[in-house]
Amino acid sequence: MPQSKSAPATGSLILIALLVGGVAALFAYTAGWLSPARITPNKVVDAFAPPSGPPLGHRRNHAKGICFTGVFESNGAGTELSRAQVFARGDYPALGRLNLGTPDANAADASVRVRGMGLQISAPGGEVWRTAMINAPIFAVSTPQAFYQLLLVSGSKDPKAMPTFAAEHPEIGGFVGWAKNGPWTGSYAEERFNSLDSFIFEDAKGTSRAVRWSFVPAAQPMNISPEELATRGPDFLEQEITERVRSGPVSWMLVVTVANPGDPTADPTRPWPQDRRTLEVGTLVVRQIEAERDGPCRDINFDPTVLPAGVKTSDDPFPAARSSAYAKSFDRRTAEAADYPRTAAGGAP
Amino acid sequence: MNRPSFTPFQRVLHWLTAACVLAMLFIGVGMVSTITPKYLTLVSIHKPLGMAILVLMLIRWVVRLRRGAPPLPVDLPEPLKLAAHLSHYLLYILLLAMPLIGWGMLSAASYPVRVASGLYLPAILPQSEQLHAILWDAHFYLAFVLFALILLHIAAALFHLLVRKDGVFQTMAGSRSPPSP
Repeated sequence: MPQSKSAPATGSLILIALLVGGVAALFAYTAGWLSPARITPNKVVDAFAPPSGPPLGHRRNHAKGICFTGVFESNGAGTELSRAQVFARGDYPALGRLNLGTPDANAADASVRVRGMGLQISAPGGEVWRTAMINAPIFAVSTPQAFYQLLLVSGSKDPKAMPTFAAEHPEIGGFVGWAKNGPWTGSYAEERFNSLDSFIFEDAKGTSRAVRWSFVPAAQPMNISPEELATRGPDFLEQEITERVRSGPVSWMLVVTVANPGDPTADPTRPWPQDRRTLEVGTLVVRQIEAERDGPCRDINFDPTVLPAGVKTSDDPFPAARSSAYAKSFDRRTAEAADYPRTAAGGAP
Repeated sequence: MNRPSFTPFQRVLHWLTAACVLAMLFIGVGMVSTITPKYLTLVSIHKPLGMAILVLMLIRWVVRLRRGAPPLPVDLPEPLKLAAHLSHYLLYILLLAMPLIGWGMLSAASYPVRVASGLYLPAILPQSEQLHAILWDAHFYLAFVLFALILLHIAAALFHLLVRKDGVFQTMAGSRSPPSP
């Protein structure tokens, strides 16, 4: 400042500093810089990384996968539950990714328990519905906070960490039981993929219903022991689905389950009773398989909160947490494209 | 202290933008720091509010180019005049660029750009991981540059009001009508 200030000016300058500093402090608080305990998308994504480091250029979880394209043939029955365009009778382009729940992009297919499907169904006018599902019938833990703890515990060297976690989160028992005793199949085409999370369907009259959905395979599941699967090649699932689709379309029926009042919608570890109403609303027909490296699913974030009008998130806290973490994973891997180079020239499809 | 002011329309535009942009910056840093359901709420405000700021800024550019701004006090030291002019150019550019960068970033990522239930904006860029990475970095780092500039802007405005008492603050905050052109 050019000239020396009198006492009142000093007071004014202090007032200005306090005001501006206050706004900056509020900003820092909002950003979480003053809250080291806050679980951020960055922390969640970091926690997925194995000791060998994250899979650069790949998704931070479900890192290994293969792209598919096809069509969703809506039979029109879903219009009773939701006004979403994709439930009106007709065919809608589908794009997806069959994948393994692992942070290792080179994992052997038989070594991964959780198999998943990311799916995008497009409606005219730019509206898309994205969902990411897994073959487990229920999720491992009740809250995103517990899931973050589970990631930390899984990476911990403390032998007591996991037993302690399991004791504090008894709901994990259901998932562990499925992981140990549930069936294994030899094909993505034989897996049932479940939303696990609850969503809200809104019909044309404005009535809301809590739902979960599953893609139920048309192919008859053939149970195969994990020991038998381990004798197959590291990419047998990708090779099998490629060959199967080459010889004919592979399909799944979209089955929507409607909750009864009072059913637990906020907790994906709690299945709904078997007698709940289900509705078959359409068929996903997979017509082509493409390797992920140059495939159309590579740069799609199958964010489960990208929903058409007529479908909303529920009180289930997972879709929001997944959306925030998937976005972070996407931001990182798109910046690492050089670590996962395309083979074909010309970039994005 | 009887200086020409900004027109009432310019002042309305300024304060509306100020409220939107401050809210926007807080929503932005807040949403990327949480995995709670607040994340979805904040994102669903961030996108349409960004588009609102884009529209406001397009109007402001036109109005500013047509109506200009009241001159700075003649006794304001040259370095401060220069700083005032540069920071305003930068604010105008950043405030227009940030929504466009955000829109471009979503387009390059092939996210639907939803501004209201069932209402989507077209993609303004082709799907591209390289473009997405560049635009994401730009959106992230420029947000902090913008916030720093706004703090400087607030500090300078208060400096004019409380220390220099030169009427510059009143050109935007005052209730007097501007002199007829």
